Amino acid sequence: MTNVSDFLAMGGYGFYVWGSYLVTALLLAVEIVAVRQRLAASRKAAAEAGRAR
Amino acid sequence: MSTSINWFKFASPASFFPLAGRLAPWFAIAAAVLAAIGLWLGLVVAPTDAQQGDAYRIIFIHVPAAWMSMFLYVVMAFWCAISLGFNARLAAMLAQALAPTGALFTAIALWTGALWGKPTWGTYWAWDARMTSELILLFLYFGYIALRNAIDDPRRADRASSVLALVGAVNVPIIYFSVKWWNTLHQGSSVSLSSAPKMAMIMLTGMLVMTFAAWFYSIAVVLVRARAIILDRERGAPWIAGTAR
Repeated sequence: MTNVSDFLAMGGYGFYVWGSYLVTALLLAVEIVAVRQRLAASRKAAAEAGRAR
Repeated sequence: MSTSINWFKFASPASFFPLAGRLAPWFAIAAAVLAAIGLWLGLVVAPTDAQQGDAYRIIFIHVPAAWMSMFLYVVMAFWCAISLGFNARLAAMLAQALAPTGALFTAIALWTGALWGKPTWGTYWAWDARMTSELILLFLYFGYIALRNAIDDPRRADRASSVLALVGAVNVPIIYFSVKWWNTLHQGSSVSLSSAPKMAMIMLTGMLVMTFAAWFYSIAVVLVRARAIILDRERGAPWIAGTAR
């Protein structure tokens, strides 16, 4: 692999290779954001329940 | 006088919650470092395959994702068995925390498999035994999650979903051995414990590094999700008020 465009072309298989890598990266990013938001929401709900007692 | 560690201490959600919080960032860092090394090996260092061209580079994601999809199901079924057998709350919570990540890796395995299949076999999808049983695995994860969500009482949800997960566990050996038992479009395994790997060392190394990255990623995400589940389910417990912040 000599340059960036060769690298992106992946010998003509760019669509399949990058379609795999980018969708995987996207799905993992969504899970990371979702799980962090879920923990934050659970903390908030637990704190509110604690104050209500 | 005993100074040994009491492992049962961590079976209580109150002790597990801070432990998971301390461990999760380290697993996340390990996953990020390994993924960076694995991507560099897989996309830059490893040479173009003589037969498949660069399309084979999809396996650096596909194979680890497919392994994780089965492995996480086995771990989930294990915690379901512990939860049923010992009526252990934390075991059920861990199983609950594993399911979405297992489903995610199953979806990634199916997606990358389709994108690998098109240039290599000429088709995105075939109803062969390997692919069909992997699709069933995805539906088992969905079924487990849906059944949990459909039952309001968490302890009843634990029992019902654990039974479903354990019955569905029979699908895992079917996926694993499908390429041996049936004549499938999907090829046989390139890596097995019983024989020398049928691939170049650099490709194998890249794949194994990506597999460890997927492991550590899963552990980190599952620990964080387990903490949220513990907070939700133990909300009434006195210890929550002190730790929730």
